[in-house]
Amino acid sequence: MAEMIATRDAYGEALIELGNENKNVVVLDADLSKSTKTFAFGQKFPDRFINVGIAEQNLIGVAAGLSTTGKIPFASTFAIFATGRAFEIIRNSVGYPKLNVKICATHSGITVGEDGASHQAIEDISCMRTIPNMTIIVPSDSIETKAAIHAITKMDGPVYVRLGRPAVPVINDKESYEFEIGKGVTLNEGNDVTIIATGFMVSEALEAAKELETEGIKARVINIHTIKPIDKDLIIEAAKETGAIITAEEHNIVGGLGSAVAEVIGENCPVPLKRIGIRDIFAESGKPAELMKKYGLTGDDIVEAAISLIDGK
Amino acid sequence: MDIQELKAIAADIRKDIITMIAESGSGHPGGSLSAADILTVLYFHEMKVDSNNPKWEDRDRFALSKGHAAPALYAILARKGFFPRGELLKLRKIGSMLQGHPDMRGTPGIDMSTGSLGQGFSASCGMAMAAKIDKKDYRVYTLLGDGELQEGIVWEAAMFAAHYKLDNLTAIVDHNGLQIDGANEEVLSVAPITEKFKAFGWNVIETDGHCIEDIISSIDKAKQVRGNPTAIVAKTTKGKGVSFMENEADWHGKAPKGDQKLQALKELGGEA
Repeated sequence: MAEMIATRDAYGEALIELGNENKNVVVLDADLSKSTKTFAFGQKFPDRFINVGIAEQNLIGVAAGLSTTGKIPFASTFAIFATGRAFEIIRNSVGYPKLNVKICATHSGITVGEDGASHQAIEDISCMRTIPNMTIIVPSDSIETKAAIHAITKMDGPVYVRLGRPAVPVINDKESYEFEIGKGVTLNEGNDVTIIATGFMVSEALEAAKELETEGIKARVINIHTIKPIDKDLIIEAAKETGAIITAEEHNIVGGLGSAVAEVIGENCPVPLKRIGIRDIFAESGKPAELMKKYGLTGDDIVEAAISLIDGK
Repeated sequence: MDIQELKAIAADIRKDIITMIAESGSGHPGGSLSAADILTVLYFHEMKVDSNNPKWEDRDRFALSKGHAAPALYAILARKGFFPRGELLKLRKIGSMLQGHPDMRGTPGIDMSTGSLGQGFSASCGMAMAAKIDKKDYRVYTLLGDGELQEGIVWEAAMFAAHYKLDNLTAIVDHNGLQIDGANEEVLSVAPITEKFKAFGWNVIETDGHCIEDIISSIDKAKQVRGNPTAIVAKTTKGKGVSFMENEADWHGKAPKGDQKLQALKELGGEA
């Protein structure tokens, strides 16, 4: 059984590391620091921690202003408020001027759980994907989260990082894992079908691949941690070599990873595609695992999709 | 620079505004003309900026939160030497460095891209906060419209600036009383502006936004205040200086044509 760590916890730890390394790093939160895990940074570096209160538009505006002076602001709140309520501020005050603001939002997707649909961001990737200049990263586990946070600090430009609430399996190896923005990672080789996943659905994809293997199906598993710019070459290669693709994300199938992959293969190498994700509906309160099952986001759902795709080949 | 020289510059800025907007065939003359004196004082009297080094890190900052007054700011920046005055006639034209609303990536001297109301004010709070973190003594200025005060983010930012004691921030409200659909008080009341800012923890100074001496003394007073940001509520006339534009909401976003341009320039004292 893999170790379980929430990506938001890894984010909080990465911020402390950054605070020690880079004096330009400033962290902002909108009254959710104990949930987004920026709180510890605030305790350690009070002069570089700014709580803007429950005011997400100003969160982004202040971060934008800070970045014009050379600061590297990390702005955090829940994904629904960061990308929904503050969307146009991100668009006009961060994306358009290409400012060095890192928007690291937690509590994405339906695994927010009991808080219900009002707090479950299922459209954040979609919203951020339509903003020119925006880089979008969805880490699959705690190790990738830390690596991503360090990597985006070294690049200049706006970034959206999508983090989660629940503890999720650690799937990457701490010692050997190398993270490169925009480069997908092939985690399992196979030529019968490709499962392209992002976020913690990568671990579900790996479980699905194991299950498929028992049925004699070799599934390639690709972790697309960077939704934008997406690793087109890796996706096209997988489409050509396996002839069938499944995408898996904890996000609306409209506008997220599934759409991004469909755009790439549609223009370059059309092959049968099935998108695992939230099927354009609002979910509800419940335990994360119950919601994943009810809304079709488990390894079993991926297995079923893979088998039906291969049958149709 | 003495008062007479500042007045002469403001007059030239107004002529530039009319010429630029007439040439582009679109733009916002009303709010640009109402802001001309304030911007003249900021850039030719008050702010430490260097046109040879627009990104000088210790410079004073300015965010034109009412970004539609861009023609006024562009005319100022050109006269300060940030770019050639010839660029002014390319306002809003394809391929121009002078976009319809300020673009910090394209135009030297612009500290923040603005245009969507309220956001420049919010960003100016971030700039002022950065100065506090770094213990630097540069000051941050922002100019808002009065209609702009209807945006929610303005009050988020106002609460923020007071909470963090951003006494290095001065927000000037270009209070001309008009917005696109008519008078503020008909569209959605913003009054009482002074009391609102006071209630949000700001030091507030009321001034005549067309009196160079008053604008200067208001900014000087703001600099003396410790522990609170200052809002200067500057009473202005929309379309100031052009008789047929003054106090006419219709001239918020309309370009003068042919005779209108000539008449406007004549009233402003001839071509700049």
